[in-house]
Amino acid sequence: MRPITVMVNGIRHNVTVPPMKRLLDVLREDLGLTGTKEGCGEGECGACAVLVNDELVNSCLIPALQVDGAHVCTVEELAKGGDLHPLQKAFADAGGAQCGICTPGMLTAATYLLSKNPHPTRQQIREGLSGNLCRCTGYAKIVEAVYKASGSEA
Amino acid sequence: MKSAFGDLELVSASDLNEALRLLGAEPGWEPIAGGTDLMVLLNAGKLQGSRFVSIRHLPELRSITVLDHEVVLGAAVTYTSIREHPVLRAEFPLLPIAASWTGGIANQNRGTIGGNIVNASPAADSAPPLLAYDAFLRVKSMRGERTIPYREFHTGYKQVQLARGEMITAIHLPRQFAGWAHYARKVGARKAQAISKVCLNGVLQREGNTVTGIAVALGSVATTPIRCIAAEAELLGRSITPQTVARAQEALSDEIKPIDDVRSTALYRARVARNLLAEFLLTAHDAR
Repeated sequence: MRPITVMVNGIRHNVTVPPMKRLLDVLREDLGLTGTKEGCGEGECGACAVLVNDELVNSCLIPALQVDGAHVCTVEELAKGGDLHPLQKAFADAGGAQCGICTPGMLTAATYLLSKNPHPTRQQIREGLSGNLCRCTGYAKIVEAVYKASGSEA
Repeated sequence: MKSAFGDLELVSASDLNEALRLLGAEPGWEPIAGGTDLMVLLNAGKLQGSRFVSIRHLPELRSITVLDHEVVLGAAVTYTSIREHPVLRAEFPLLPIAASWTGGIANQNRGTIGGNIVNASPAADSAPPLLAYDAFLRVKSMRGERTIPYREFHTGYKQVQLARGEMITAIHLPRQFAGWAHYARKVGARKAQAISKVCLNGVLQREGNTVTGIAVALGSVATTPIRCIAAEAELLGRSITPQTVARAQEALSDEIKPIDDVRSTALYRARVARNLLAEFLLTAHDAR
């Protein structure tokens, strides 16, 4: 077991965990942040995507020790108070969320994309989300939601 | 079935020397950088080792250094860094292209070039460009360091020239390909995130119509990524004509050893490899 300190959504947490425990499990089990989902557990589906030090990563592939001292941002960080983040609102408006399992990862990947490229083309959105699989296959509406949230006209 | 996390040791190396000391210690430790291969094995319950030393944060492994005659990539340089680097994009464009093919954005932010090399998949996207660009590897251990031409690094399926305690620390790219034609095509089931059925990278230099430099490298058609030197020899010093292209295709067919597996068939791979070689040569021929 190893004590680590990690800032999650702006809050400092001290946890003592096995150093190889996955960040995904630290978030869900130790911190009770169940917005981040487990899909494939092998870095293919992006359901567990979070930001670590502002970089998009798959939390199922990250040992806890590697986030000691890091800033982690999960889907729970997006809404402020009762107000949805513009991306969340766009997903809701466009029908970009169906069963919901991929949605936290999609939102996180979209947040990262817009932080790097505030006005992406649809093709750039598709590439930005290419590591996120939607088992409902609702890709068209997801891409449209991100496009609208970026402020580009539909 | 996940491996039991509690049984696994992981320490963060304070510097490269500490990492090398642990790698040489008994019983063995293994390096972990981005985790995009090792953690998959862990999650699948197939992880072999039990003691790991994290090296991804070490500054000497994370930099891309541009020197007069070469570009040096630290072993823990990520695909994202490779994609974004202006000198790599200008002089070694096949490497950023391969990086863009490797996994999604999240894995490109974590996965490293050194990790892709030691994982030693015959389908690794970064292997053909490293072969085409005559890369060599800097390998260190507590006993010292040595240099290995990347072309000699893979000795068999998932077998590499690394002794116990050794670690790749850097990849060196000689700056001799500016102005050459660069070609890369990966054929897979889908465009994003697919493992290749066949991947061909080629670089070619011409004076007039004469080929004065050429490298042809393929992935997923043998137990290791390979350079097709017999195909290259058919073209070097000659011009690109239907006859030389056909002879190079014949040579390539003899050099590759594709297999049937879940992703494709030997027959398909052999046919596509020949076609990609022709496409590379004709594209390079038409470039001017």
